[in-house]
Amino acid sequence: MLELILGKYNYWIIVVLMMTGLYIVVARGNLVKKIIGLNVFQTSVFLFYISLAKVTGGTAPILTGKDETFSNPLPHVLILTAIVVSIATTALGLAIVVRIREAYDTIEEDEIHEMERVDLASDREGREP
Amino acid sequence: MEMFVDMVLMGLLGITAIAIVFTRHLFTATMLSGAYSLTCAALFVKLDAVDVALTEAAIGAGISTVLLLGTLTLTRRREKAHKGFSWPPFVVVAVTGALLLYGTVDMPAFGDPNSPGMLHVVPEYIAGTRDDIQIPNIVTAILASYRGFDTLGEAVVIFTALIGVLLMIGRRRPDDEESGTRRPERRP
Amino acid sequence: MRHHLVLRVVSKLLIPFIILYGLYVQFHGDFSPGGGFQAGALVAAAIILYALIFGVDRARRVFNPAVLTVMAAAGVLLFALVGYAAFIGGGNYLDYDYLLPNDTTGQHVGIITVEFGVGLTVTAVMALVFFAYAGRTDEIDDEDW
Repeated sequence: MLELILGKYNYWIIVVLMMTGLYIVVARGNLVKKIIGLNVFQTSVFLFYISLAKVTGGTAPILTGKDETFSNPLPHVLILTAIVVSIATTALGLAIVVRIREAYDTIEEDEIHEMERVDLASDREGREP
Repeated sequence: MEMFVDMVLMGLLGITAIAIVFTRHLFTATMLSGAYSLTCAALFVKLDAVDVALTEAAIGAGISTVLLLGTLTLTRRREKAHKGFSWPPFVVVAVTGALLLYGTVDMPAFGDPNSPGMLHVVPEYIAGTRDDIQIPNIVTAILASYRGFDTLGEAVVIFTALIGVLLMIGRRRPDDEESGTRRPERRP
Repeated sequence: MRHHLVLRVVSKLLIPFIILYGLYVQFHGDFSPGGGFQAGALVAAAIILYALIFGVDRARRVFNPAVLTVMAAAGVLLFALVGYAAFIGGGNYLDYDYLLPNDTTGQHVGIITVEFGVGLTVTAVMALVFFAYAGRTDEIDDEDW
Protein backbone atom coordinates (compact mmCIF):
# COMPACT_ATOMS: atom_id res chain seq x y z
CA MET A 1 0.00 0.00 0.00
CA LEU A 2 2.77 2.42 0.93
CA GLU A 3 4.69 1.71 -2.25
CA LEU A 4 1.49 2.24 -4.22
CA ILE A 5 1.21 5.70 -2.72
CA LEU A 6 4.92 6.46 -3.11
CA GLY A 7 4.89 5.38 -6.73
CA LYS A 8 1.75 7.21 -7.74
CA TYR A 9 1.34 10.40 -5.70
CA ASN A 10 2.88 12.49 -8.50
CA TYR A 11 0.15 11.35 -10.86
CA TRP A 12 -2.56 12.07 -8.31
CA ILE A 13 -1.41 15.64 -7.76
CA ILE A 14 -1.30 16.22 -11.51
CA VAL A 15 -4.80 14.75 -11.93
CA VAL A 16 -6.02 17.27 -9.34
CA LEU A 17 -4.43 20.10 -11.37
CA MET A 18 -6.07 18.77 -14.53
CA MET A 19 -9.45 18.73 -12.87
CA THR A 20 -8.98 22.32 -11.69
CA GLY A 21 -8.40 23.38 -15.28
CA LEU A 22 -11.43 21.40 -16.42
CA TYR A 23 -13.54 23.05 -13.74
CA ILE A 24 -12.57 26.50 -15.03
CA VAL A 25 -13.62 25.51 -18.55
CA VAL A 26 -16.94 24.02 -17.49
CA ALA A 27 -18.07 26.29 -14.67
CA ARG A 28 -17.12 29.82 -15.72
CA GLY A 29 -19.18 31.73 -18.26
CA ASN A 30 -16.62 34.29 -19.39
CA LEU A 31 -15.10 33.18 -22.68
CA VAL A 32 -11.57 34.44 -22.01
CA LYS A 33 -11.60 32.70 -18.63
CA LYS A 34 -12.58 29.50 -20.38
CA ILE A 35 -9.61 29.75 -22.69
CA ILE A 36 -7.29 30.41 -19.76
CA GLY A 37 -8.72 27.31 -18.07
CA LEU A 38 -8.13 25.34 -21.26
CA ASN A 39 -4.49 26.46 -21.15
CA VAL A 40 -4.18 25.29 -17.54
CA PHE A 41 -5.76 21.95 -18.45
CA GLN A 42 -3.45 21.43 -21.44
CA THR A 43 -0.31 22.32 -19.50
CA SER A 44 -1.26 19.88 -16.75
CA VAL A 45 -1.76 17.14 -19.34
CA PHE A 46 1.73 17.86 -20.67
CA LEU A 47 3.07 17.56 -17.13
CA PHE A 48 1.30 14.22 -16.72
CA TYR A 49 2.77 12.90 -19.94
CA ILE A 50 6.31 14.04 -19.18
CA SER A 51 6.17 12.55 -15.71
CA LEU A 52 5.42 9.23 -17.41
CA ALA A 53 8.72 9.54 -19.27
CA LYS A 54 10.97 10.08 -16.29
CA VAL A 55 13.35 7.26 -15.40
CA THR A 56 14.84 7.24 -11.90
CA GLY A 57 18.57 7.83 -12.16
CA GLY A 58 18.27 8.84 -15.79
CA THR A 59 19.40 12.05 -17.34
CA ALA A 60 18.34 14.38 -20.15
CA PRO A 61 18.31 12.56 -23.50
CA ILE A 62 21.43 14.12 -24.98
CA LEU A 63 24.33 11.87 -25.98
CA THR A 64 27.62 12.86 -24.39
CA GLY A 65 29.85 9.89 -25.14
CA LYS A 66 29.49 8.40 -21.68
CA ASP A 67 27.38 5.30 -21.24
CA GLU A 68 24.32 6.31 -19.18
CA THR A 69 20.60 5.77 -18.88
CA PHE A 70 18.34 8.34 -20.50
CA SER A 71 14.82 9.38 -19.75
CA ASN A 72 12.36 8.29 -22.40
CA PRO A 73 12.70 10.81 -25.28
CA LEU A 74 9.60 9.80 -27.21
CA PRO A 75 7.02 11.58 -25.02
CA HIS A 76 9.21 14.69 -25.18
CA VAL A 77 8.80 14.76 -28.95
CA LEU A 78 5.04 14.25 -28.75
CA ILE A 79 4.64 17.01 -26.17
CA LEU A 80 6.71 19.43 -28.29
CA THR A 81 4.14 18.99 -31.01
CA ALA A 82 1.31 19.32 -28.51
CA ILE A 83 2.62 22.62 -27.12
CA VAL A 84 2.68 24.18 -30.56
CA VAL A 85 -0.79 22.87 -31.37
CA SER A 86 -2.09 24.31 -28.09
CA ILE A 87 -0.84 27.79 -29.00
CA ALA A 88 -2.48 27.42 -32.40
CA THR A 89 -5.86 26.61 -30.86
CA THR A 90 -5.49 29.39 -28.28
CA ALA A 91 -4.78 31.94 -31.01
CA LEU A 92 -7.78 30.83 -33.06
CA GLY A 93 -10.05 30.69 -30.02
CA LEU A 94 -9.09 34.20 -28.96
CA ALA A 95 -9.68 35.50 -32.50
CA ILE A 96 -13.22 34.08 -32.33
CA VAL A 97 -13.70 35.73 -28.91
CA VAL A 98 -12.67 39.10 -30.37
CA ARG A 99 -15.22 38.75 -33.17
CA ILE A 100 -17.94 37.66 -30.72
CA ARG A 101 -17.23 40.76 -28.65
CA GLU A 102 -17.58 42.94 -31.73
CA ALA A 103 -20.83 41.27 -32.72
CA TYR A 104 -22.61 40.96 -29.35
CA ASP A 105 -20.75 43.55 -27.21
CA THR A 106 -20.29 40.98 -24.46
CA ILE A 107 -18.19 37.90 -23.77
CA GLU A 108 -20.37 36.34 -21.07
CA GLU A 109 -21.88 33.13 -22.26
CA ASP A 110 -25.30 33.52 -20.59
CA GLU A 111 -25.81 37.02 -22.00
CA ILE A 112 -25.05 35.72 -25.49
CA HIS A 113 -27.54 32.87 -25.00
CA GLU A 114 -30.13 35.41 -23.85
CA MET A 115 -29.59 37.57 -26.94
CA GLU A 116 -29.87 34.52 -29.18
CA ARG A 117 -33.05 33.39 -27.45
CA VAL A 118 -34.64 36.84 -27.84
CA ASP A 119 -33.61 36.83 -31.49
CA LEU A 120 -35.16 33.43 -32.18
CA ALA A 121 -38.37 34.36 -30.36
CA SER A 122 -38.78 37.62 -32.29
CA ASP A 123 -38.01 35.83 -35.58
CA ARG A 124 -40.68 33.27 -34.85
CA GLU A 125 -43.22 35.97 -33.99
CA GLY A 126 -42.45 37.87 -37.15
CA ARG A 127 -42.94 34.81 -39.30
CA GLU A 128 -46.40 33.81 -37.98
CA PRO A 129 -49.21 35.89 -39.48
CA MET B 1 16.04 17.11 -1.25
CA GLU B 2 14.70 16.25 -4.66
CA MET B 3 11.29 15.49 -3.27
CA PHE B 4 11.35 18.84 -1.47
CA VAL B 5 11.90 20.73 -4.74
CA ASP B 6 9.12 18.70 -6.35
CA MET B 7 6.72 19.43 -3.52
CA VAL B 8 7.44 23.16 -3.53
CA LEU B 9 6.94 23.48 -7.28
CA MET B 10 3.76 21.42 -7.31
CA GLY B 11 2.47 23.41 -4.35
CA LEU B 12 3.03 26.61 -6.33
CA LEU B 13 1.15 25.08 -9.25
CA GLY B 14 -1.78 24.16 -7.05
CA ILE B 15 -1.99 27.62 -5.48
CA THR B 16 -1.80 29.30 -8.90
CA ALA B 17 -4.51 27.08 -10.38
CA ILE B 18 -6.91 27.71 -7.50
CA ALA B 19 -6.23 31.44 -7.68
CA ILE B 20 -7.16 31.41 -11.38
CA VAL B 21 -10.47 29.73 -10.51
CA PHE B 22 -11.50 32.37 -8.02
CA THR B 23 -10.14 35.64 -9.36
CA ARG B 24 -12.45 37.90 -11.34
CA HIS B 25 -9.88 40.26 -12.80
CA LEU B 26 -9.00 38.83 -16.19
CA PHE B 27 -5.63 40.59 -16.18
CA THR B 28 -4.71 38.79 -12.96
CA ALA B 29 -5.84 35.48 -14.44
CA THR B 30 -3.67 36.06 -17.52
CA MET B 31 -0.58 36.81 -15.46
CA LEU B 32 -1.26 33.80 -13.25
CA SER B 33 -1.54 31.53 -16.27
CA GLY B 34 1.86 32.82 -17.45
CA ALA B 35 3.27 32.03 -14.01
CA TYR B 36 1.66 28.58 -14.18
CA SER B 37 3.34 27.85 -17.51
CA LEU B 38 6.71 29.04 -16.24
CA THR B 39 6.51 26.90 -13.10
CA CYS B 40 5.61 23.95 -15.29
CA ALA B 41 8.72 24.69 -17.35
CA ALA B 42 10.80 24.50 -14.17
CA LEU B 43 9.17 21.16 -13.36
CA PHE B 44 9.96 19.92 -16.85
CA VAL B 45 13.64 20.62 -16.24
CA LYS B 46 13.37 18.68 -12.99
CA LEU B 47 11.86 15.77 -14.96
CA ASP B 48 14.78 15.76 -17.48
CA ALA B 49 12.72 17.19 -20.34
CA VAL B 50 14.96 20.11 -21.28
CA ASP B 51 13.71 20.61 -24.85
CA VAL B 52 10.12 20.66 -23.65
CA ALA B 53 11.01 23.13 -20.88
CA LEU B 54 12.56 25.56 -23.36
CA THR B 55 9.54 25.30 -25.65
CA GLU B 56 7.02 25.67 -22.84
CA ALA B 57 8.81 28.71 -21.43
CA ALA B 58 9.11 30.40 -24.82
CA ILE B 59 5.70 29.54 -26.27
CA GLY B 60 3.47 28.76 -23.31
CA ALA B 61 4.63 31.45 -20.93
CA GLY B 62 5.67 34.01 -23.52
CA ILE B 63 3.54 33.99 -26.65
CA SER B 64 0.36 32.74 -25.01
CA THR B 65 0.41 35.53 -22.41
CA VAL B 66 0.97 38.13 -25.14
CA LEU B 67 -2.01 36.81 -27.13
CA LEU B 68 -4.26 36.85 -24.05
CA LEU B 69 -3.22 40.42 -23.25
CA GLY B 70 -3.87 41.42 -26.84
CA THR B 71 -7.38 40.01 -26.53
CA LEU B 72 -7.93 41.82 -23.24
CA THR B 73 -7.30 45.19 -24.89
CA LEU B 74 -10.17 44.40 -27.26
CA THR B 75 -12.68 42.98 -24.74
CA ARG B 76 -13.85 43.66 -21.23
CA ARG B 77 -11.39 43.20 -18.38
CA ARG B 78 -13.55 41.95 -15.54
CA GLU B 79 -15.60 38.81 -15.27
CA LYS B 80 -19.24 39.04 -14.32
CA ALA B 81 -20.02 37.80 -10.80
CA HIS B 82 -21.34 34.26 -10.94
CA LYS B 83 -24.52 33.48 -9.09
CA GLY B 84 -23.58 31.14 -6.23
CA PHE B 85 -22.21 27.64 -6.54
CA SER B 86 -23.81 25.32 -9.08
CA TRP B 87 -23.53 21.58 -8.68
CA PRO B 88 -23.40 20.04 -12.19
CA PRO B 89 -19.89 21.26 -13.17
CA PHE B 90 -18.50 20.12 -9.85
CA VAL B 91 -20.11 16.69 -10.20
CA VAL B 92 -18.76 16.29 -13.74
CA VAL B 93 -15.26 17.26 -12.65
CA ALA B 94 -15.38 15.01 -9.58
CA VAL B 95 -16.54 11.98 -11.58
CA THR B 96 -13.87 12.53 -14.26
CA GLY B 97 -11.21 12.96 -11.59
CA ALA B 98 -12.29 9.81 -9.79
CA LEU B 99 -12.15 7.80 -13.01
CA LEU B 100 -8.68 9.14 -13.79
CA LEU B 101 -7.44 8.33 -10.30
CA TYR B 102 -8.86 4.84 -10.68
CA GLY B 103 -6.95 4.55 -13.96
CA THR B 104 -3.61 5.49 -12.42
CA VAL B 105 -3.64 2.40 -10.22
CA ASP B 106 -2.68 0.21 -13.18
CA MET B 107 0.03 2.54 -14.45
CA PRO B 108 3.73 1.75 -13.93
CA ALA B 109 5.28 3.39 -10.91
CA PHE B 110 6.84 6.81 -11.29
CA GLY B 111 10.38 6.52 -12.66
CA ASP B 112 10.19 2.83 -13.50
CA PRO B 113 13.02 1.98 -15.94
CA ASN B 114 11.16 -1.07 -17.23
CA SER B 115 7.87 0.61 -18.04
CA PRO B 116 6.35 -0.58 -21.34
CA GLY B 117 6.98 2.80 -22.99
CA MET B 118 10.73 2.33 -22.70
CA LEU B 119 11.00 -1.18 -24.02
CA HIS B 120 9.92 -1.40 -27.62
CA VAL B 121 10.89 1.41 -29.98
CA VAL B 122 12.97 3.76 -27.83
CA PRO B 123 16.15 1.63 -27.54
CA GLU B 124 16.24 1.44 -31.34
CA TYR B 125 15.90 5.21 -31.61
CA ILE B 126 18.67 5.82 -29.10
CA ALA B 127 20.99 3.29 -30.77
CA GLY B 128 20.12 4.66 -34.21
CA THR B 129 20.87 8.23 -33.11
CA ARG B 130 24.21 7.12 -31.76
CA ASP B 131 25.25 5.01 -34.76
CA ASP B 132 23.39 6.11 -37.92
CA ILE B 133 22.49 9.76 -37.47
CA GLN B 134 25.32 10.71 -35.09
CA ILE B 135 23.94 13.88 -33.57
CA PRO B 136 23.95 14.39 -29.80
CA ASN B 137 20.38 15.60 -29.29
CA ILE B 138 18.15 12.52 -29.40
CA VAL B 139 14.94 14.54 -29.21
CA THR B 140 15.82 16.52 -32.37
CA ALA B 141 16.76 13.32 -34.17
CA ILE B 142 13.41 11.73 -33.34
CA LEU B 143 11.50 14.94 -34.09
CA ALA B 144 13.07 15.62 -37.47
CA SER B 145 14.02 12.18 -38.75
CA TYR B 146 12.24 9.26 -37.11
CA ARG B 147 8.94 11.09 -36.62
CA GLY B 148 9.33 13.59 -39.45
CA PHE B 149 5.76 13.20 -40.68
CA ASP B 150 4.39 14.40 -37.35
CA THR B 151 6.55 17.51 -37.54
CA LEU B 152 5.40 18.20 -41.08
CA GLY B 153 1.81 17.94 -39.89
CA GLU B 154 2.54 20.27 -37.03
CA ALA B 155 4.06 22.91 -39.31
CA VAL B 156 0.92 22.71 -41.46
CA VAL B 157 -1.29 23.03 -38.35
CA ILE B 158 0.40 26.22 -37.24
CA PHE B 159 0.22 27.61 -40.76
CA THR B 160 -3.50 26.83 -40.82
CA ALA B 161 -3.93 28.64 -37.51
CA LEU B 162 -2.26 31.68 -39.10
CA ILE B 163 -4.68 31.55 -42.03
CA GLY B 164 -7.63 31.30 -39.65
CA VAL B 165 -6.52 34.21 -37.50
CA LEU B 166 -5.79 36.42 -40.50
CA LEU B 167 -9.19 35.63 -42.01
CA MET B 168 -10.98 36.58 -38.82
CA ILE B 169 -9.11 39.60 -37.48
CA GLY B 170 -6.58 40.38 -40.15
CA ARG B 171 -8.19 43.53 -41.43
CA ARG B 172 -8.44 46.66 -39.33
CA ARG B 173 -11.70 46.86 -37.39
CA PRO B 174 -14.46 48.13 -39.70
CA ASP B 175 -16.16 50.93 -37.76
CA ASP B 176 -18.58 52.08 -40.42
CA GLU B 177 -18.46 49.12 -42.77
CA GLU B 178 -21.24 46.58 -42.39
CA SER B 179 -19.57 43.40 -41.22
CA GLY B 180 -22.81 41.48 -41.39
CA THR B 181 -23.12 40.54 -37.74
CA ARG B 182 -23.61 43.80 -35.86
CA ARG B 183 -26.92 44.21 -34.09
CA PRO B 184 -27.48 47.93 -33.61
CA GLU B 185 -31.11 47.75 -32.39
CA ARG B 186 -30.83 45.13 -29.67
CA ARG B 187 -28.82 46.93 -27.02
CA PRO B 188 -30.63 49.31 -24.65
CA MET C 1 5.99 53.84 -24.75
CA ARG C 2 8.30 56.00 -26.75
CA HIS C 3 8.87 58.42 -23.92
CA HIS C 4 10.20 55.85 -21.49
CA LEU C 5 13.91 56.45 -21.91
CA VAL C 6 15.19 53.42 -20.04
CA LEU C 7 12.89 51.04 -21.90
CA ARG C 8 13.85 52.47 -25.26
CA VAL C 9 17.59 52.34 -24.71
CA VAL C 10 17.63 48.90 -23.10
CA SER C 11 15.41 47.36 -25.75
CA LYS C 12 17.57 48.85 -28.53
CA LEU C 13 20.52 47.10 -26.92
CA LEU C 14 18.70 43.82 -26.31
CA ILE C 15 16.76 43.19 -29.53
CA PRO C 16 19.81 42.28 -31.68
CA PHE C 17 21.03 39.92 -28.99
CA ILE C 18 17.63 38.23 -28.72
CA ILE C 19 17.61 37.63 -32.47
CA LEU C 20 21.18 36.35 -32.29
CA TYR C 21 20.23 34.01 -29.45
CA GLY C 22 17.30 32.79 -31.51
CA LEU C 23 19.63 31.93 -34.39
CA TYR C 24 22.00 30.23 -31.97
CA VAL C 25 19.21 28.03 -30.59
CA GLN C 26 18.06 27.26 -34.15
CA PHE C 27 21.37 26.00 -35.44
CA HIS C 28 22.50 24.30 -32.25
CA GLY C 29 19.36 22.19 -32.17
CA ASP C 30 21.49 19.18 -33.02
CA PHE C 31 23.88 19.57 -30.11
CA SER C 32 21.88 21.02 -27.23
CA PRO C 33 18.21 21.61 -26.44
CA GLY C 34 16.82 23.75 -29.20
CA GLY C 35 15.49 23.53 -32.68
CA GLY C 36 12.96 25.26 -34.87
CA PHE C 37 10.06 25.84 -32.49
CA GLN C 38 12.04 27.43 -29.69
CA ALA C 39 14.04 29.60 -32.09
CA GLY C 40 10.89 30.76 -33.83
CA ALA C 41 9.34 31.81 -30.54
CA LEU C 42 12.50 33.71 -29.54
CA VAL C 43 12.81 35.72 -32.75
CA ALA C 44 9.08 36.45 -32.63
CA ALA C 45 9.57 37.70 -29.07
CA ALA C 46 12.18 40.15 -30.37
CA ILE C 47 9.73 41.40 -33.02
CA ILE C 48 6.96 41.75 -30.41
CA LEU C 49 9.29 43.67 -28.07
CA TYR C 50 10.10 46.09 -30.88
CA ALA C 51 6.41 46.56 -31.62
CA LEU C 52 5.59 47.18 -27.95
CA ILE C 53 8.26 49.82 -27.41
CA PHE C 54 8.25 51.67 -30.73
CA GLY C 55 4.65 51.25 -31.88
CA VAL C 56 2.89 48.77 -34.12
CA ASP C 57 2.94 51.01 -37.21
CA ARG C 58 6.69 51.43 -37.06
CA ALA C 59 7.14 47.71 -36.45
CA ARG C 60 5.03 46.99 -39.52
CA ARG C 61 7.39 49.16 -41.59
CA VAL C 62 10.48 47.36 -40.26
CA PHE C 63 9.04 43.81 -40.38
CA ASN C 64 6.84 43.94 -43.43
CA PRO C 65 3.75 41.69 -43.00
CA ALA C 66 3.79 40.73 -46.68
CA VAL C 67 7.36 39.43 -46.32
CA LEU C 68 6.40 37.61 -43.12
CA THR C 69 3.48 35.92 -44.87
CA VAL C 70 5.75 34.71 -47.65
CA MET C 71 8.19 33.51 -44.99
CA ALA C 72 5.49 31.46 -43.26
CA ALA C 73 4.52 29.71 -46.47
CA ALA C 74 8.15 29.26 -47.51
CA GLY C 75 8.95 27.40 -44.30
CA VAL C 76 6.28 24.75 -44.81
CA LEU C 77 7.18 24.52 -48.50
CA LEU C 78 10.85 23.99 -47.66
CA PHE C 79 9.92 21.13 -45.35
CA ALA C 80 7.77 19.49 -48.03
CA LEU C 81 10.41 19.99 -50.73
CA VAL C 82 13.09 18.24 -48.66
CA GLY C 83 10.76 15.27 -48.59
CA TYR C 84 10.45 15.36 -52.37
CA ALA C 85 14.22 15.68 -52.74
CA ALA C 86 14.47 12.28 -51.11
CA PHE C 87 12.54 10.86 -54.08
CA ILE C 88 15.31 12.02 -56.40
CA GLY C 89 17.85 10.04 -54.44
CA GLY C 90 15.70 6.95 -54.70
CA GLY C 91 14.19 6.64 -51.24
CA ASN C 92 10.78 7.14 -49.67
CA TYR C 93 9.25 10.51 -48.79
CA LEU C 94 11.28 12.27 -46.05
CA ASP C 95 13.87 9.48 -45.97
CA TYR C 96 16.97 11.61 -45.40
CA ASP C 97 19.33 8.69 -46.07
CA TYR C 98 18.90 9.19 -49.81
CA LEU C 99 19.50 12.96 -49.99
CA LEU C 100 23.26 12.63 -50.37
CA PRO C 101 25.54 9.69 -51.22
CA ASN C 102 26.72 9.43 -47.60
CA ASP C 103 23.83 8.34 -45.34
CA THR C 104 24.91 10.20 -42.21
CA THR C 105 25.63 13.45 -44.05
CA GLY C 106 22.25 13.16 -45.73
CA GLN C 107 20.60 12.89 -42.31
CA HIS C 108 22.48 15.93 -41.02
CA VAL C 109 21.54 18.05 -44.03
CA GLY C 110 17.94 16.88 -43.88
CA ILE C 111 17.55 17.63 -40.19
CA ILE C 112 19.11 21.10 -40.36
CA THR C 113 17.06 22.13 -43.41
CA VAL C 114 13.81 20.84 -41.98
CA GLU C 115 14.36 22.57 -38.64
CA PHE C 116 15.19 25.81 -40.45
CA GLY C 117 11.92 25.58 -42.35
CA VAL C 118 10.00 25.04 -39.14
CA GLY C 119 11.81 27.99 -37.51
CA LEU C 120 10.87 30.30 -40.40
CA THR C 121 7.22 29.30 -40.19
CA VAL C 122 6.93 29.63 -36.41
CA THR C 123 8.61 33.07 -36.40
CA ALA C 124 6.38 34.43 -39.11
CA VAL C 125 3.19 32.96 -37.60
CA MET C 126 3.78 34.34 -34.11
CA ALA C 127 4.70 37.80 -35.40
CA LEU C 128 1.75 37.99 -37.80
CA VAL C 129 -0.75 36.83 -35.19
CA PHE C 130 0.53 39.52 -32.83
CA PHE C 131 0.21 42.17 -35.54
CA ALA C 132 -3.35 41.00 -36.20
CA TYR C 133 -4.38 41.40 -32.55
CA ALA C 134 -2.48 44.62 -31.95
CA GLY C 135 -3.51 46.31 -35.16
CA ARG C 136 -7.20 45.83 -34.52
CA THR C 137 -7.59 48.94 -32.42
CA ASP C 138 -5.87 52.28 -31.91
CA GLU C 139 -2.94 52.68 -29.57
CA ILE C 140 -3.88 52.85 -25.91
CA ASP C 141 -2.22 55.48 -23.72
CA ASP C 142 -0.34 54.33 -20.66
CA GLU C 143 -2.83 55.97 -18.30
CA ASP C 144 -5.88 54.26 -19.79
CA TRP C 145 -4.71 50.71 -19.25
